[in-house]
Amino acid sequence: MATLQEIMSKPAGLAPGHRMCAGCGIGSIVRAILAASEKPVIIANATGCLEVVTTIYPYSAWKVPWVHVTFENAAAVASGIETAYRSLRKRGKIDKDVNILAFGGDGGTYDIGFQALSGALERGHNFMYVVYDNEGYMNTGNQRSAATPYGANTTTVPAGSKSFGKPQWRKNIVEIAAAHRIPYTAQAANHNIIDLYNKAKKGFEADGPAFLAVLQPCTTNWRFDPAATMSYSKLAVETNFWPLYEVENGKVHVNYKPKNRKPIEEFLKGQGRFKHLFKAENKHIIEKMQMMIDEEWERLLKLEESGIVL
Amino acid sequence: MSTWKPLSGTQAVAEAMRQINPDVVVAYPITPQTPIVEFFAQYVANGIVDTETIPVESEHSAMSATVGAAAAGARAMCATASQGLALMWEVVAAVPGLRLPIVMPVVNRALSAPINIHCDHSDTMGATTIGWIQIFSENGQEVYENMLLAIRLAEHPDVLLPAMVMQDGFITGHGVENVEIFDNDKVRAFVGTRNPDRYLLDVEHPYTIGPLALPDYYFEIKRQQEEAMKHVKKIYLEIGKELSKITGKEYPYFESYKLDDADAVIVVLSSTAGTAKDTVDKMRAEGKKVGLLKPKLFRPFPYKEVRAALKDVPVIGVLDRSMAFGAYAPVYAEIKNALFELDKKPKLQSYVFGLGGKDIFKSDIEKAFNELLSGEVNSEEERYIGLRG
Repeated sequence: MATLQEIMSKPAGLAPGHRMCAGCGIGSIVRAILAASEKPVIIANATGCLEVVTTIYPYSAWKVPWVHVTFENAAAVASGIETAYRSLRKRGKIDKDVNILAFGGDGGTYDIGFQALSGALERGHNFMYVVYDNEGYMNTGNQRSAATPYGANTTTVPAGSKSFGKPQWRKNIVEIAAAHRIPYTAQAANHNIIDLYNKAKKGFEADGPAFLAVLQPCTTNWRFDPAATMSYSKLAVETNFWPLYEVENGKVHVNYKPKNRKPIEEFLKGQGRFKHLFKAENKHIIEKMQMMIDEEWERLLKLEESGIVL
Repeated sequence: MSTWKPLSGTQAVAEAMRQINPDVVVAYPITPQTPIVEFFAQYVANGIVDTETIPVESEHSAMSATVGAAAAGARAMCATASQGLALMWEVVAAVPGLRLPIVMPVVNRALSAPINIHCDHSDTMGATTIGWIQIFSENGQEVYENMLLAIRLAEHPDVLLPAMVMQDGFITGHGVENVEIFDNDKVRAFVGTRNPDRYLLDVEHPYTIGPLALPDYYFEIKRQQEEAMKHVKKIYLEIGKELSKITGKEYPYFESYKLDDADAVIVVLSSTAGTAKDTVDKMRAEGKKVGLLKPKLFRPFPYKEVRAALKDVPVIGVLDRSMAFGAYAPVYAEIKNALFELDKKPKLQSYVFGLGGKDIFKSDIEKAFNELLSGEVNSEEERYIGLRG
């Protein structure tokens, strides 16, 4: 089992000097995932934070082969790379083993890239898709996505005198990915690098598509102190808002069960996007959120316990 | 040895692809191009080619996967038509900037609404400004040969631009004609294999493709694209000469048919040029000096050469199979542009015909020729052939 020091001491495919916001954790997600690959990695990146901050021409922070085309097509581009890889190997034009990886934000994955993702998973390409989930269109300034949580204040569904923010719960992208009967899907969070690393390793080693959703608290648009990124990632897990679990060949395994589940307020407080929920008239919203989180958690435990293949 | 085969236009393209044997072919069904990828899939299923195929879930993903494969280092192709081209347009527009030499057959078809499915050129005329090479083909024979030429042209190191090879939907696409398929070995030696100088699968030389370029560099990158486009005309002729050694044909920018002494000339693309040639023959036999110019290379457009070919023609009619609503029809606009430099300009008439697959007959073209010969033309007026009153 790799230690944190070993993981972060591996030669980095992503160089320093990229232009992520102070306090952004996408870089550590990318580094942990790249460290988990034994083979050279080729990356297809959707339009979004990671793409714009790493490749401002004529500079590139990438020391690995990297391609970006559009917002919604990272999975389709990756399926082209994977097919080219099989073809060129078969024809003796290349002889290297590689891993193929796609990165997208939640907008490029849950929303606009959803069809391309589903198609690529259904066709069974041997690649891993990673969504770094900051729960909205954060690169363009906090618009609502299908990953935005209930009650959050966004610029396209703002809180106001007649609105408490987003009225829907988020889409369960991990179970949707698992429903494609792919060998490996998992949910990870930024603060638990070892768990993330282990999941990435399993994803790379899977015989077929793998899907990984990683929580990435966004200091800029969740509006919290840039020093608190990892604390919010941890609170998301300790409140069961973002459980760490995996679905391996259809079987659910919960990787971490908090001994004393923290109330959701612990995660919400200090975040500008949830500030309005602490007004007296919105108390019921927090209560409803707590109820939904507890129900989802119970359901997840039952899935694990039942041994049912998803 | 070459062989003659009865083929539809879509089969003729599939035959070209069989001989090219690309590394990757991406398929999405959007009729009337669908038979291209079906015939090709059967070649794969029967082991006639060893291409890897990707049956994607949409036209947007078709072009996206083709781009991924091409960026990875493969010779990658897909085919499309009308709504398919419209859906993949976002990615189509990105390809020239990525400098990926993808060749895509397009079977021309009307755009919705109303939904139609039949031939016109609205689909590719909506994609003339984004940096793809465009070659139009009259029949199955031409589309087969244009595919072979386009592969070499797109991949030439001084070009590295994508190319669309057009044929008329249904009329050429589904119509069966005898097509001469040239010797496999000779064609394969001509098309060769793609040898990119950098590609994603060259993991020892990692490179970044598709970065963000802001106002300090974007314009410069686009200007380089135009420079590549400027090389196309010269290289098109060079590669055409090489292809001639196999086919015995010539590959000019446009076909001139009985043009030199003509009193009136019609300019028209693709399958209608065949009908127009028949009309020219009939009218010539009756002593009327009429001729035809059929553009083949449409992007880049050979303005200078078209001007030289048309400079002495008294009156020219341009037949467009699409409209540019609120502007001159697309082919007409190019011809009018080409003639601007002349001191003594020919008279011009714009005709629009055949939208949504409306048939055009020899009698329609003859009527247009007679109108041109009468001098009753108005360069500011768009006239319609075959439109019900």
